[in-house]
Amino acid sequence: MTKAKALVITGNGTNCETEAAHACKLGGFDEARIAHIAELLTGEVSLDDYHFLNLTGGFLDGDDLGSAKAQANRLRYATVEGKEERLVDQITRFIADGKLILGVCNGFQLLVKMGMLPALGGNYLNQTATLTYNECGRFQDRWCYLKVDPASPSLYTRGIEGGVYLPVRHGEGKFLVDDAKTLEAIEAKHLTCLKYSGKDYAAPTMEFPENPNGSLNAIAGICDETGRVMGLMPHPEAFVHRTQHPRWTREELPEEGAGLIFFKNAAKYVKENF
Amino acid sequence: MPHRIEITLKDEVRDPRGERIKREIAHFLHLEVAEVRTIDVYTVDAALSAEELTQVAAGPFSDPVIQNYSIDKPAAAGFDYLVEVGFRAGVTDNVGRTAGEAIGYLLGRPLAVGEGVYTSVQYLISGKLSQADAEKIATGLLCNTLIQRYQIFDAATFKAQGGVAPFVPKVQVEAKVEVNTVNLEVSDEELMRISRDGVLALTLDEMKIIQAHYRDPQVVEKRKSLGLGAAPTDVELEALAQTWSEHCKHKIFSADVTYDDGTGKTEKINSLFKSYIQKTTADVRAAQGDKDYCLSVFKDNAGVIKFNDDWSLVFKVETHNSPSALDPYGGALTGIVGVNRDPFGTGKGAKLIFNTDVFCFADPFYEKELPKRLLHPRRIYEGVVEGVEHGGNKSGIPTVNGSLVFDERFAGKPLVFCGTAGLMPATIKGEASHKKKIIPGDLIVMTGGRIGKDGIHGATFSSEELNENSPVSAVQIGDPITQKRMFDFLIRARDKALYRFITDNGAGGLSSSIGEMSEECGGCQLDLSKAPLKYPGLAPWEILISEAQERMSLAVPPEQIDEFMEMAKRYGVEATVLGTFTDSGIFHMLYGDKTVAYLPLSFMHAGLPPMQIPARWEKPVHEEPKLAPAADYTTDVKALLSSLNICSKESVVRRYDHEVQGGSVVKPFTGVDNDGPSDAAVVRPILDSFEGVVVGHGICPRYSDIDAYDMAANAIDEGLRNYVAVGGSLDLVAGLDNFCWSDPVLSERTPDGPYKMAQLVRANKALYDYCTVFSMPLISGKDSMKNDFYDGTTKISIPPTLLFSVIGKMEDARLAVTMDVKRAGDQVYLLGATANELGASEYLAQKGFVGNNVPKVDAQAALATYRAYGAALKAGLVASCHDLSDGGLAVAAAESAFAGGFGMELDLAQVAYQGEAADRSDIVLLFSESASRLLVTVCAEKAAEFEKAMAGTTFAKIGAVTAEPTLKVKGLTGNVVVNAANAELKAAWQEPLKDL
Repeated sequence: MTKAKALVITGNGTNCETEAAHACKLGGFDEARIAHIAELLTGEVSLDDYHFLNLTGGFLDGDDLGSAKAQANRLRYATVEGKEERLVDQITRFIADGKLILGVCNGFQLLVKMGMLPALGGNYLNQTATLTYNECGRFQDRWCYLKVDPASPSLYTRGIEGGVYLPVRHGEGKFLVDDAKTLEAIEAKHLTCLKYSGKDYAAPTMEFPENPNGSLNAIAGICDETGRVMGLMPHPEAFVHRTQHPRWTREELPEEGAGLIFFKNAAKYVKENF
Repeated sequence: MPHRIEITLKDEVRDPRGERIKREIAHFLHLEVAEVRTIDVYTVDAALSAEELTQVAAGPFSDPVIQNYSIDKPAAAGFDYLVEVGFRAGVTDNVGRTAGEAIGYLLGRPLAVGEGVYTSVQYLISGKLSQADAEKIATGLLCNTLIQRYQIFDAATFKAQGGVAPFVPKVQVEAKVEVNTVNLEVSDEELMRISRDGVLALTLDEMKIIQAHYRDPQVVEKRKSLGLGAAPTDVELEALAQTWSEHCKHKIFSADVTYDDGTGKTEKINSLFKSYIQKTTADVRAAQGDKDYCLSVFKDNAGVIKFNDDWSLVFKVETHNSPSALDPYGGALTGIVGVNRDPFGTGKGAKLIFNTDVFCFADPFYEKELPKRLLHPRRIYEGVVEGVEHGGNKSGIPTVNGSLVFDERFAGKPLVFCGTAGLMPATIKGEASHKKKIIPGDLIVMTGGRIGKDGIHGATFSSEELNENSPVSAVQIGDPITQKRMFDFLIRARDKALYRFITDNGAGGLSSSIGEMSEECGGCQLDLSKAPLKYPGLAPWEILISEAQERMSLAVPPEQIDEFMEMAKRYGVEATVLGTFTDSGIFHMLYGDKTVAYLPLSFMHAGLPPMQIPARWEKPVHEEPKLAPAADYTTDVKALLSSLNICSKESVVRRYDHEVQGGSVVKPFTGVDNDGPSDAAVVRPILDSFEGVVVGHGICPRYSDIDAYDMAANAIDEGLRNYVAVGGSLDLVAGLDNFCWSDPVLSERTPDGPYKMAQLVRANKALYDYCTVFSMPLISGKDSMKNDFYDGTTKISIPPTLLFSVIGKMEDARLAVTMDVKRAGDQVYLLGATANELGASEYLAQKGFVGNNVPKVDAQAALATYRAYGAALKAGLVASCHDLSDGGLAVAAAESAFAGGFGMELDLAQVAYQGEAADRSDIVLLFSESASRLLVTVCAEKAAEFEKAMAGTTFAKIGAVTAEPTLKVKGLTGNVVVNAANAELKAAWQEPLKDL
């Protein structure tokens, strides 16, 4: 059987690479490589050798031009040494090969700003949505209840009943789209797979702090039409063991954290399809 | 020709930044405005074609979904006043730097030398305002004129002038690279003028020691042979001033002190540091014998202790007070990214695993007149909180523990304590990683940022009081991303053993780092002209002492240099070889081939005799209040919960990422609604292990008003009991002491110096007395001794403050205990004795008194409690535990109850009381801040076992957890004296700072 191989990109301000790689391993990947962006640009590491790409949390370039903007620009224009291609070419080939990308927090911001989400019609280089400053004007670290859309094509959220409880940690998580048509399309196609909700996961909410950033339609995460590319503001890699839960000292919780399912689903998909 | 690219939000998009400014205008300046919108401006000073400018504006500079761009055409419209704020020349502009890099990627060519991008922000204000109001908004809120510049336009002028003209804040220095000599053969008055005018902060005695050195015939002879004159060069004088600054040399802690204890008995103390701090650790380690877990103490940038056989734990806490007073945002940001370099520069380098922050401010709602130049406490609060937020979050280091302390005297200088812990492999390629050495012949390499005029005289300036003329250049703005990139590279270079020695460039810049490194091997030879500069025109002395941020100094063996440099290049990190380490005994600076400084290391590092400082203790006597008993204290409890020192700090804490790196076990907030205040933090730094690092702290400056000995004793005890409360082990625990004092050296300006020095002596005595009993070695620390404001008429001195941080281990983090009560029916225990110790308590402060009965710490009793409690916790007998500190039992009980969502019924008659029976009262039992007490709840079935575990210590069962969410406390007469619903108590506790 093929070895399931995950890649976590770091460098220029990515911060969550260690726990993302840890989650990939726990989720069932045979290998979880942390590669510095320099190793991709020099060609030492190639995306082609991996199945699952993790663009994880951090402050790429300090979010100086807006979250993940500078990295989106870098990935779009920087070329890989010794090859006649840009990094972005490797990424689009990765998607075309049927492989998986998960963008968390800063990684979600990066995917959206490169145009890789929601990528309606399979156009992965046209930005139609964004993530901008939280309505409260402040960075927020707090746990949120996230209602899952069971009809979503996202392969990551398969098997989640009702919803999932995860931490958000961001200053720019308010999801917006370019026009009503985009919103209509992503809702109709069930691409808005995660929405901020109350404790019972019953309905999306626009109330602070349950909805920590004022996202349009309470959107916390979206996927592309294939369900293989997904981005979300909350951090699934930050809840893979019960001791990470804010109330683990007072609630009966399973040993495994609820965020691990994202990585288990990814590993399962890779093992079944490659 | 520079171009302006202006980025506006589309009309339908909300502008949270503008909305915040609008709120702050109303709050601070009491002006109502209708609306504030903001525009980001990039001034591009580079040769770009029109097409390229459009690509840049449409690409990296703007977000097409929510923003529009405008090139060389003013975008602003629909306002009454416009204020544009940008940086002054030479101030770090992080966004500008990233923007410049983005252009490089986009065009496939980096910006040329001298080209750059500069950012500014336009605030478009609508409302009925006068020009004077606009001026007030600009200078009182939007612009810190120390580091920023501003322009104001009314709508008509803006239109008439066709917008804002491009302005490039490029440093224009005449490239006049010269070295001057300073004639010291002058009068004493003239010597002092040289020191003062040059911000050297050297005393007359010190100037005369330097004068004597240059008179030494052997020195004269040697200098002659090198072509140097008899007078010192400015490079030499600056290097000496930096090396001998209080900030770097800790002259007060190494002084000879004559201490009069107030009874006429005097004692001679040669160095407080050696006599108490170092001695504490030495004695603890000796007593621990083969259980000693200290690996590296006091000699490196941070302390190192053993974590397990494979990993070592590193911790350091620093202060950044003076810069934060001048530029709260930049100062605090630099504080946090600066302390990050300490553990990173310890041993061969550590991965950073968490930050801690403690801030001391004056009341943010302060309404009285302040001396000129002092920023309003609210601005300091906002700026510091935001600076540390950006520094910590962007660096990817969780902020896991901290506190906010308020006292009016911190208006004179805020205290900004920033701590960072790290983890390093016990060995790297077979060598202990907490050790490092330099071999003569190793190359001097500097990595990271470039050198500018920023932070010149930081070390000497912070060794003086703050005054109206404090230098602009002393302020730096940190850049977490440049540092993060450097760390990403260096940690990989460390694992390949590409360098032998690493240390950080902080206060004193290269002068300090290379000076200290030279002591390792016996000398250095460095060419200042090789140092990479932000802009041309820096004099050699400026290059030497600049505190430009994000730089590390390394010793790289010549055989590794090629691989090191090649790797740096690949990771986008600038690295420069500046010279060679030698064994010449000389700190030898060149500029090109010309010698500009030639200082014997023996003179630099040992040439200064200890200061002689008198200390005389006189116990202050305060009015002892007579407190009439009341029938009900519910109102008092609520008022305490709403006091700034006790109330919830959640609005601040949530702005700090406390979970990144994935190891969070006990978070800052806990309980049924995730909003109860945790006592300490537990972190798992190794994700596939359950071994935890525990960190807590204690700080109680107000107790200094009675006796700094007890202030220190209580801070130590508070730090340790917070640590113990969550499950920290007493078998692997260490302390860090951070002293912040007002100037204790007797002088014309400080006539009460001997008293302040006596306070310092007493605090040090407490350190020794308590840490030795607790078997808690001190592994690192720092002192900041000039925390005064003086403008010639008003002097504000901070209360003497010791921050005592405690770090250690728990073998199994899954046994950690939090402070929220867990279920109805659990038994409530109060561990430790309560005494009539309301002196300097939060309760008396609320009533307008200080009092005299400051809490006394009984170290042996405390240790017995902590040991027994630790065993009970390990046996799984504890449901919740909360430490008693500000506000005493009443506050701790309220917090535990509302955090857990259950009520509590307590009976004060059951509390273990110690002291005169006549003093036993409801007030004392509710609000006394007696030390070493913990409020514990235990499941009813485990109560007997718990009591057995605590046998032999002072404790009492004082009540039970109830299903009804109400706090009910029965007084000594049997009547209920506190009765309030959790919701009311929580609301009182959450209200004061919730909107900040």
